Amino acid sequence: MELLINAIIAGLLLGGFYAAVTVGISISFGILDIVNIAHPAFIILGSYIAYIVNQTLGVDPILTAVIALPAFYALGAMIYQVYYASFEKRGQDALRGLAFFFGLLFVTEVMLILVFGVDYRYVQAGYIDKTLRFGFVDLPLRMLVPCVLSLGMLAMLQLYLSRTFTGRAIMAVSQDQGALQLMAADPIKIKRIAFAMSIATASIAGSFLIVIQPVEPSVGREYIGRVFAICVLGGLQSLPGTVIAAMLLGIVESITATFYGPSWAPAVAFGFLLLTLAFRPAGLLGR
Amino acid sequence: MRSFFFYLGSLLVGAAFFAFARWLGNDYLFFAGYTVLQFIVLATAWNILGGYCGYVNFGSAAFFAVGSYSSVALHKLGMNVDRYFPESLAGIAKLILPLNVPTLIIIGGIVSGLIGLGTGYLTLRLRGAFFAIATLALAVVLQTLIVNWDFVGGSRGAYIIRPAEVPFIGHYIQYLFLIMLVLSVVAIAVARIIEQSRLGYGFATIRDDELAAEACGVPTLKLKLVATTISGALMGMAGAPFPYYIGYLEPSSAFGLAYAVNSIAMPMIGGTTSWVGPLVGALLLGIIQQVATVTISSAVNLLIVGLLLVGFVIVAPKGIVGLVQDYMRGGARTDGTKTWRSRFAIFANMRPGAR
Repeated sequence: MELLINAIIAGLLLGGFYAAVTVGISISFGILDIVNIAHPAFIILGSYIAYIVNQTLGVDPILTAVIALPAFYALGAMIYQVYYASFEKRGQDALRGLAFFFGLLFVTEVMLILVFGVDYRYVQAGYIDKTLRFGFVDLPLRMLVPCVLSLGMLAMLQLYLSRTFTGRAIMAVSQDQGALQLMAADPIKIKRIAFAMSIATASIAGSFLIVIQPVEPSVGREYIGRVFAICVLGGLQSLPGTVIAAMLLGIVESITATFYGPSWAPAVAFGFLLLTLAFRPAGLLGR
Repeated sequence: MRSFFFYLGSLLVGAAFFAFARWLGNDYLFFAGYTVLQFIVLATAWNILGGYCGYVNFGSAAFFAVGSYSSVALHKLGMNVDRYFPESLAGIAKLILPLNVPTLIIIGGIVSGLIGLGTGYLTLRLRGAFFAIATLALAVVLQTLIVNWDFVGGSRGAYIIRPAEVPFIGHYIQYLFLIMLVLSVVAIAVARIIEQSRLGYGFATIRDDELAAEACGVPTLKLKLVATTISGALMGMAGAPFPYYIGYLEPSSAFGLAYAVNSIAMPMIGGTTSWVGPLVGALLLGIIQQVATVTISSAVNLLIVGLLLVGFVIVAPKGIVGLVQDYMRGGARTDGTKTWRSRFAIFANMRPGAR
């Protein structure tokens, strides 16, 4: 029983982190309909930047990620521009766009392997090996800090998307580009902003990842199944849906890992994804 | 008649290479040639679904590995008949096992084909992107299953001791090379037959506009499932002899991202609309990689493939065949007389002037 409760709490904390990993996909795939399967590779890139700065200057990894935000934003804007000019404009985004992002994923991974090798890397920070205890409940700070910050980030994004003009334009661009143009907003520019934001979240999610576990370049691949499972289950474009789905997956994975062993955890996400696609493609909160 | 020339030609080219490598007496040529041929099969298989129907499969490695591991499992079963079968059945089992490589290829093909059918059935009713994502996740999960399956060695991997010699042919690698040669001719022939049949036109309608095709009464789901099954089966067949080639198989090598990226990059670089594309792409990239692995390093050659893939989809979306095609169009005369360029274009199924 205690084991179960601990597993559920660990799952909730893990889910909070998964929400941060997925939010980028929810924006790019859910809202903009750009199947950015390279997202996990950018997350790993974020992890490595946090790692380098942490090793050389001793700066806190999450703080590094916040400082690196503009760089990731610029990278995202650049990628969108290439994607738009070469695929979206010509109307061949389906097949070749996917191949493009797959190529990006692959190139990023191989470059990281060439530079850093396949050793596991980790960071140092004051909170990483501390644990809060309430009775029999363990709250390791290395899980709690990313979870809380990630929920904060999602709340901010949700506010931005629902309250500001640009945010609302981003939500609108997926529905009707023509109408958006009539509202004096350039759909391409709006999409660029949104995609750049989605890549920027990868910087933060990457720093969370390296706080939670040691990282090597191919870790990102495990997250592809997870992020898309969460994104689809969460109903594609809803951020609250993403959080709920992330928590759910976190709990199921954590219970599986506790009772059947951690080597089965990747299979859980896939099972989740297949079942969702087969029975509830509109997601949990979908109509 | 064209088909006859095609089969004759491909057999002659294969036989010539075989004879040449035999004459040089260099076994490395067979090892390298086997890898290139294996990529021809993978690229052609990928193209049946990806190029003809427009559905991207990122899980080539998974289908390949399923073929490999079904071979490993059957091999192990065959080596230890007395341990795994009750006494009454052992006698019968000994008659059948151990299976020879061509039979293993067929079994690997069936298993992979069924997995393709299952994945397709669950995800192909939705938008194309979902299928792509599902295949990507499929690779991760099948790898998890294999890692946790002790019978085929789990994460430790499995050894397969291959016989050194085969009667009539000689070295075992030459035997494997010949098998792969036949398999690649079969794969290309399948792709060619599909292309020229009703099935191929059905696939093309799906690629061009699935909604319109559905509205015109094309049974799109059925066609897509056929494509996924054929494509998956061919990938499994390419994987089945692999354990005998490599001698020691472990999950991370069988599920290596290199297979997934190569089987996408080769058709994309060669050109996706006809069977020539994957062949050209596989020959080109396969040979570049063999050279780069020997002269530079294997990580760098993967980087080359990735960069070429990204570069080609941006700059030359129709691939090398598309570039050649555009050049050949210049060879078609308006009065209908044939030039060597248009003859070649017709032979290679590029339909000069068509657009």
